[in-house]
Amino acid sequence: MMRFLVIRFFRGLLTLFLVLSFAFLILRSTGDPAMLIMSADAPPEALEAFRKGWGLDAPLWQQYVGYFKNLAHGHFGYSMRDKSPAMDLVLARIPATLTLALPAFALKLLIGISAGVYAALHRNTWIDRLLISMSIAGYTMPSFVLGLVLVLIFAVGLGWLPSGGDATWQHAILPVITLSLGGAAVLARFTRSAMLEVMGQPYIRTASAKGLVWHRVVLHHAMPNAAIPTLTVIGFMIGSLIAGAVVVESVFSWPGVGRLLVTSVANRDLAVVQSLLLLVATTMVTANLVVDILYGWIDPRVRTGQAAQGKTA
Amino acid sequence: MNAPSLTEKNQPEDAVSSGKSAAMLIRSMPLLVRLCALWTVVVLLIAISADFISPYSYSQLDLLARLNPPVFWGGSSDHWLGTDELGRDVMSRLFHSVRISLLVAFISTLLSATVGVLMGFAAAHFRGWVEQLVLTLVDFQASMPFMIIALAVLAFFGNTLVLFIALMGFYGWERSARIARGLTIAANEQGYAAAVYDLGASPWRVYLLHILPNIASTLIVSITLTFPEVILLESGLSFLGLGVQPPMTSLGNMVGYGREYLQTAPWILLAPSMFIVVTTFSVSMLGDWLRDRLDPTLN
Repeated sequence: MMRFLVIRFFRGLLTLFLVLSFAFLILRSTGDPAMLIMSADAPPEALEAFRKGWGLDAPLWQQYVGYFKNLAHGHFGYSMRDKSPAMDLVLARIPATLTLALPAFALKLLIGISAGVYAALHRNTWIDRLLISMSIAGYTMPSFVLGLVLVLIFAVGLGWLPSGGDATWQHAILPVITLSLGGAAVLARFTRSAMLEVMGQPYIRTASAKGLVWHRVVLHHAMPNAAIPTLTVIGFMIGSLIAGAVVVESVFSWPGVGRLLVTSVANRDLAVVQSLLLLVATTMVTANLVVDILYGWIDPRVRTGQAAQGKTA
Repeated sequence: MNAPSLTEKNQPEDAVSSGKSAAMLIRSMPLLVRLCALWTVVVLLIAISADFISPYSYSQLDLLARLNPPVFWGGSSDHWLGTDELGRDVMSRLFHSVRISLLVAFISTLLSATVGVLMGFAAAHFRGWVEQLVLTLVDFQASMPFMIIALAVLAFFGNTLVLFIALMGFYGWERSARIARGLTIAANEQGYAAAVYDLGASPWRVYLLHILPNIASTLIVSITLTFPEVILLESGLSFLGLGVQPPMTSLGNMVGYGREYLQTAPWILLAPSMFIVVTTFSVSMLGDWLRDRLDPTLN
């Protein structure tokens, strides 16, 4: 188990390194940031001063090494727009994003898992088919369409809820619903198929044959086993919180990390984009590590190393 | 991988049996899937004939007829689906958006499948460090949300249609690569690949003419699942104003600009929204149904 986690940890570090190198390389291969930030007809002396100021006049490899050196010291660069530290800008937006993401995550689990388990236990009934179709619909409905339709109904039509902004807690309701439905649909599909697979196993037959009550069989024998593949999806969901926030925060003008990413991309504020990439990659890697640890907790075979090989293969 | 009967059903040899099996295929569809197939065909026809069936040019302004409602909303029959804030005909813009969105999704999906299959073949052929490299890239791609990578690339490179399509062409390659690698390794261990090698065929010939047709059904299923996701990704980025750029128009683009008029003229964004949702739903349903029928690894 330890060995397995250590390997995973270094794989995670490798991923982080790849992401940062990727960001660095495309950043430097896209021409001169000086020309992008200042206009093309700026005086040459000003351009030169800008390049010096940002360290763009050094050879590429020096910039690359310097970039990682700075990262190691906790320097993430400065926003090329308003000169404040890029990471501070990003960190200041995180609470707003979490305000939406945490309740949405809870809702996702609640709706997704219960719908998936229910559908699996009522396989091939009309309610199962209805849930599958709804799950495909939820999965193929882009969040901006869902969000705008909700705004159209509840804000414009009925006037019950505000359409955008973050002044009161009522402002959070529509974005939270928008964020959770798509994820719930994906989760429901995975939970359903994991449950179906588990329910066909001999130990379930044994459990019910020895006279256990049905809900005990489902809760204590089926669900812990079905949780293993479902966990992978949940881990990916935690990691992609920010990606999900990008669209929804834009639809509802919510001042979180996602909207910062869109505006920084539009303004080509490269240091901020890089810091955001670092944040996303770190969340992904951490979420994957946590999922691996949880695997060991749920599935004793991983702890003893029997299943570890199967997982990495 | 494929049982002989399956291969025969999926890849009919001559035109007669292909016509017959297409009819059989349609007859075996549940009603909902049949409707989805019908919608997909309609959307394809719209995309192909956009120039002929559009009542106006998609960029033609009519400042006297701004924000006209559609016919069923109490508008005139000059503009069936109404007009937008510059008096452009919503129906004509819709048809052209369908064309651009489908074109982007189509080329991107093809690119991603090609990249993925080539990487998968390379991994299975060379093994060793090439395979490790491909697998690391696959892991990297699978562990970063594509939306974020796309945004980063667009931030750094700026945006043109060609770059945008090329970028979308990386979406989902890792899935095809995984499938191609796994199935190719399995195929290389089967007699037929070795037999063709022994007859003196080049690796290219073996991979493209012998192994590819044998793993095609699983790949096609994965492609039909990638296609709607690319449409969603494209429309999402275009909605944010970072995808297809004006004066060109795409479905997400129309929704993004129509958003400003949500209160006064919701028809501008409702029509393209409906098209995105129904089209991605239809293709996904078709893909799911195909997977249940064709994918031998599921049984």
